[in-house]
Amino acid sequence: MSRLETHGLVIDVPGRSGGDPLDLALLPGQVWGVLGPNGAGKTTLLHTLAGLRPSRAGRVEVDGVPLTRLRRRRVAQCLGLVFQEHHDGFPATVEETALIGRHPWLSPWQMETAEDLALAHCALARLDLAELGGRQVATLSGGERQRLAIATLLAQEPGVWLADEPTNHLDLHHQVAVMRLLDEQAAGGRAVMMCLHDLNLAARWCDHLLLLYPSGEACWGPTDRMLVPAALERLYGQRLASAEVEGSRVFVAVP
Amino acid sequence: MAGASLRVCAHGHPTLGQLALTLGLLAAAALAALIVAVALGSAAVPLTDSLAVLVGGGDDMSRTLILELRLPRALAAFATGGLLAVAGALMQVLLRNPLADPYVLGLSGGAAVGALLAMLAGLGSALVSGSAFVGALTATLLVFGLAHGTGSWTPSRLLLTGVVVASGWGAVITLILSLSPARQLPGMLYWLMGDLAHARGPGVALGLLVLVCLLVVPLGRSLNVLARGGLQAAALGVPVRRLEWLVYLLASLMTAVAVTTAGSIGFVGLVVPHLLRLVLGNDQRLILPACALAGGTLLVLADTLARTVIAPEQLPVGVITALLGVPVFLFLLHRSR
Repeated sequence: MSRLETHGLVIDVPGRSGGDPLDLALLPGQVWGVLGPNGAGKTTLLHTLAGLRPSRAGRVEVDGVPLTRLRRRRVAQCLGLVFQEHHDGFPATVEETALIGRHPWLSPWQMETAEDLALAHCALARLDLAELGGRQVATLSGGERQRLAIATLLAQEPGVWLADEPTNHLDLHHQVAVMRLLDEQAAGGRAVMMCLHDLNLAARWCDHLLLLYPSGEACWGPTDRMLVPAALERLYGQRLASAEVEGSRVFVAVP
Repeated sequence: MAGASLRVCAHGHPTLGQLALTLGLLAAAALAALIVAVALGSAAVPLTDSLAVLVGGGDDMSRTLILELRLPRALAAFATGGLLAVAGALMQVLLRNPLADPYVLGLSGGAAVGALLAMLAGLGSALVSGSAFVGALTATLLVFGLAHGTGSWTPSRLLLTGVVVASGWGAVITLILSLSPARQLPGMLYWLMGDLAHARGPGVALGLLVLVCLLVVPLGRSLNVLARGGLQAAALGVPVRRLEWLVYLLASLMTAVAVTTAGSIGFVGLVVPHLLRLVLGNDQRLILPACALAGGTLLVLADTLARTVIAPEQLPVGVITALLGVPVFLFLLHRSR
């Protein structure tokens, strides 16, 4: 199981000069939520953590080794990413797409084994996509594509899960199913970090929160300390009302 | 013809058995095309005699005709077609654009300018080929340098740079043609349309084709991932930048050798990968070697047609591939809506 740490990390958001250095420790078993308004740098942060874009300062470490010192393939074995946007590349079937999650684990000369295929099928079934294995990805709905991206990550089996708005396009049932899946992954010893826009999902499913302000300011900590209405209102520039429903805090934007 | 097994490939990833079966069938078709190519011509050699020559028998007349004239030309056609089809498939993955072909980045334009300048200077055919090769490499490095100048390289930037540079080459070609003396024009036009009449020594092209086919076997799965987009590929452990450079240089080298062998032959690099993707699915481990075989077969047949349709006169083979390629491509495009 992997741990992901940042030391003095300043992410490179275009058009923003400063930014608080981030010293985060994402440990096995934890579920982190990243909150912030549009353009605050949530996606940039996840891409930087995954080594897909350079930081302005500081470094990211996986199990104590700087990301820049690891081969790409090794990085992909340790951490995986669900992207916010799903671009259509070449036509591919649902099954083929889930199967590419196995790529980091196969040597260049190896064909996918029956075990890889089984893992991909299992991941598809877990996201209710088992029936769609032969369908072209381009024919899927937005929510089905989102679930496929998560199934691909599930087949990848990384120790650290980075998910950029994993509930995008999902209906209410599948939102809960996906959050439960992420929770199970954490319970199984993986570390999870996700960007969210839904405060209620964050309150219900995350044990740590990172608030990113458009100015580059940031603060982080355990969820119960971070979900302060005043801080959240300042974060979004939006008045909020909160209430207790069935034992958990619920936030609603008030016009 | 093995339709069921081919369709299986299209739905999932191919197994080793399906790979071997598909490539075996294509190899058999390639062999058949080569035999037809050496048997047909202005002086027809009966099929049995052709086969006898190929296994080491036959009379002197047929031996000379087949082993020294038709076989080298047929092999050159095969190698050229294979190189163009594989280069096209690689360019399509590199640019994440199914409409890319080996010439889309202006490489054939550079080669044509090199070749035409050599012809204008009245140099021999060996120097024309050499000059074409230098032109192709110049075009490659020019586009690469321009697209890469600021350090950010995206497929769309590369594509735009290539297309603009290609139209620049087009203007230079027109300029050379308009300045050239009339007696040199037919040779130049034949070169521009693609012509295998002067192709000799298929060794380099065939060698490169085999080498690339061996090289893409271990790269195949990485290319599959790259075809899903650069970021996704990087997240799945593909060293994207390095792989893209390699693919670009490989495809360029292949195209340069093909253009040097036979001039610029259109549509093989566009249509063959497309046709195969429709039937075989999108696994590059299958598509790339299949392109080598099918592209080679297509050009061998097209060249045989070019030699025989109005024999003893010969057509430029590029006319045949374009006349076959345009309607096939339009049909595919229409069907894929």
